Amino acid sequence: MPPARQLLTYLIAGWSGYYVMAIELLSGRILAPNFGNSIYVWGGIITVFMVALSVGYLVGGQLSVFAPTQGKLAALLLAAAAATLPIVIVGEPVLDWIFNRVHDPRYASLLASSTLFFVPTAVSGMVSPYAVRLLATNLRATGRSAGLLFFVSTFGSAAGTILTSFYMVLWFEINQIFIGMIVISALIGLATLGFRDVRVAA
Amino acid sequence: MSVSPLKRLLWVLAFVAPLAAATDPGIEVLHRERSLYRNIFVYEEEGLRCMSFSRTTTARQSCVSLAEPGKLVFNYARMMMAALYLNPAPQRILILGLGGGTLPTAFQRLFPSAAIDAVEIDSAVVRVARKFFAFEPGPDTRVFEEDGRVFVKRMQRKSAKYDLIVLDAFDHEYIPEHMLTREFLLEVKSLLADRGVLAANTFSVSKLYDHESATYYSVFGDFFGLKQNNRVILWRSGGLLAKSDIVRNADLLETKLAPFGVDKTWLLPQIEVEHGWPPATRLLTDQFSPSNLLNGPH
Repeated sequence: MPPARQLLTYLIAGWSGYYVMAIELLSGRILAPNFGNSIYVWGGIITVFMVALSVGYLVGGQLSVFAPTQGKLAALLLAAAAATLPIVIVGEPVLDWIFNRVHDPRYASLLASSTLFFVPTAVSGMVSPYAVRLLATNLRATGRSAGLLFFVSTFGSAAGTILTSFYMVLWFEINQIFIGMIVISALIGLATLGFRDVRVAA
Repeated sequence: MSVSPLKRLLWVLAFVAPLAAATDPGIEVLHRERSLYRNIFVYEEEGLRCMSFSRTTTARQSCVSLAEPGKLVFNYARMMMAALYLNPAPQRILILGLGGGTLPTAFQRLFPSAAIDAVEIDSAVVRVARKFFAFEPGPDTRVFEEDGRVFVKRMQRKSAKYDLIVLDAFDHEYIPEHMLTREFLLEVKSLLADRGVLAANTFSVSKLYDHESATYYSVFGDFFGLKQNNRVILWRSGGLLAKSDIVRNADLLETKLAPFGVDKTWLLPQIEVEHGWPPATRLLTDQFSPSNLLNGPH
């Protein structure tokens, strides 16, 4: 894979890391009007994100076995973006619906975060193992590629955390931040698809 | 495993430093506790017993006078009592944020037949209020240990109404941001009965002041703002009272409020409709609520 294409794979992984943590931070804001800011609300959110990521890693690794291409990696990014849209569009009525039916705030917030955040987070989780497969061209360098990829993706997460909590919430509305991130994912994903796809060496 | 110097330093900062101030001479620490949400200190100093959530004794949440336990120590608590000038005999009272239980205790004494709901997120605060601040919920007082916003939303679904709602869930160090938004205030407004009164303990300085004022105005229209170190916002459903009615109520309540240290000659001049924030000030909403960032130094 040419260096420019490799760079794109790292970019996708780094952006995906940013994306997950930005959503996780904002999810607390989104749930607070209905379920409050109690410690168990955060407990529910973090649990759902961890379970979603672990499922995403598992599925992403499996997917990478079958004819992996950078185009499919981009498709994961686009799918995660699409799965985020319902948060913006139907988030409020969904939370009200749950609030009216589930009265224990612990399970209500667990259910709410599962409903809104599980799918986009799980799909985002598929990106890293899939990207590792794209980068791993020879056995000796596998660990190094994986290390660099984890570095990029976790660094992206750190950036998503600090930029969102320190600055974005001061400048933008939550939905504006979401739309902005969905647009960035779409741009990266579509730009990647624009490249002629190359099969990765087996 | 040996403890690294860094870890040791962190340990000192986390556990010892907060206590250092509270062990100054002249201060007797009665209780300290690390709850789910904060550090709670109870101490006595210069004839006062106080609850504080931080290491500095300037950030006191609640104080009672040891010599005159009935008296309201803080200016803001006395300013909150001006709500009664707008509605002198509330029968259903909601208090969001308990602290030492000073306000619910005062309302229980003032209105023995009133039904009082007090909401506090931190069960440790409720425990401390009972143990150290003589907070004793009467038969018509209910204490809910839950998030105030969730409680308000739940009560809205039940179409509950209150004659007086006291909003006292903030301090200088931390604001629950979901309880300072236009949507939240609309929910609170929907719980007010006809002629019901809202009394909110809010901020008088920092960048947050303008945003908060604009947000209250967008929900309530004109409101009274009483300003000392804090600002107390008062609003009455069905229209603010004319000054003459306020003075009449203050006269009626004077002897009743005297034991609490509430003095109409101090309070009445403060009751003014507030204006004076920039017209284009951005509202705080569930979508935009960086209250703690706005409250910080700029």
